[in-house]
Amino acid sequence: MTASGGIVDVLSWIAIVGGSAFLVIGAVGLIRFPEFWSRLHAISVLDSAGVLLLLLGMGLQGGLSLVTVKLVILGLFLLITGPTATHAVANAAFVSGLRPPIRSEDRAAVAATAAAATREPPASDGGPASGPSG
Amino acid sequence: MRLLGSATVLALLWLLMSGIYKPLVVGLGALSVALVLFVTRRMDAIDGDRPRLAFRPLATLGYLTWLLVEIAKANWAVSRLILSRTMPIRQMILDVPGSQATDLGRTLFANSITLTPGTISVETVEGENVIQVHAVAYDEGDHEALAEMGRRVSAIEAQRAG
Repeated sequence: MTASGGIVDVLSWIAIVGGSAFLVIGAVGLIRFPEFWSRLHAISVLDSAGVLLLLLGMGLQGGLSLVTVKLVILGLFLLITGPTATHAVANAAFVSGLRPPIRSEDRAAVAATAAAATREPPASDGGPASGPSG
Repeated sequence: MRLLGSATVLALLWLLMSGIYKPLVVGLGALSVALVLFVTRRMDAIDGDRPRLAFRPLATLGYLTWLLVEIAKANWAVSRLILSRTMPIRQMILDVPGSQATDLGRTLFANSITLTPGTISVETVEGENVIQVHAVAYDEGDHEALAEMGRRVSAIEAQRAG
């Protein structure tokens, strides 16, 4: 009893300390990153690794009880609402015209690989114009 | 039948969340279950839009496990990016083609992309099955990694008749 309890305690503390560490890292990223788009990614570290590890740690402390059931439901709920909220913020910024700072040489490289990928399937028809229709 | 199913799920949820089994509290629970069922029935009569869960259950569990591992790996990468002295940010917007048959599958794919640190689904392209994804530390392997995730989501979609 005490031995297994000790192992569970150690595991839950690892999860709680690890989750807290990810929360701190995410907060540091939120400050260090230069602008809006990169900062969004720092937040996604917070709400995936940080919160999930904290919930796992608390669930291990709770054992097989109603508290753990609530924590599991909370975790599932956060897995749906977290990305939805992040997407809502990103989409609102995108629609209102804020564009991420992309280096021009990177943009060219990606356009080249995308063109190579789309060139493969048709190949036969000449195509009225190059480039995407959108 | 659907009514009975919703009633069971709602009652179970109340019992699990409350944990207090006095007659008054359980009675209040029964009352709120009845109220919720009444409201949902009315709503259903108005818009009649019923989303269907067209996923294979066991395969979905397998996918979620794989996704958690991916999230852990991506977390590590983004944490390293945050803590590195030079912060090698390389932002990019990628067009990711989706291969999912259902709206729900597409939603799951887009949400999985956002859930994975380092990538966020930003916008869909009108009329095409394409998701625009913002990456903070772009790498040439990202195209293949995202396509792989898309294939896995398509694989758990149930075969739909017609």
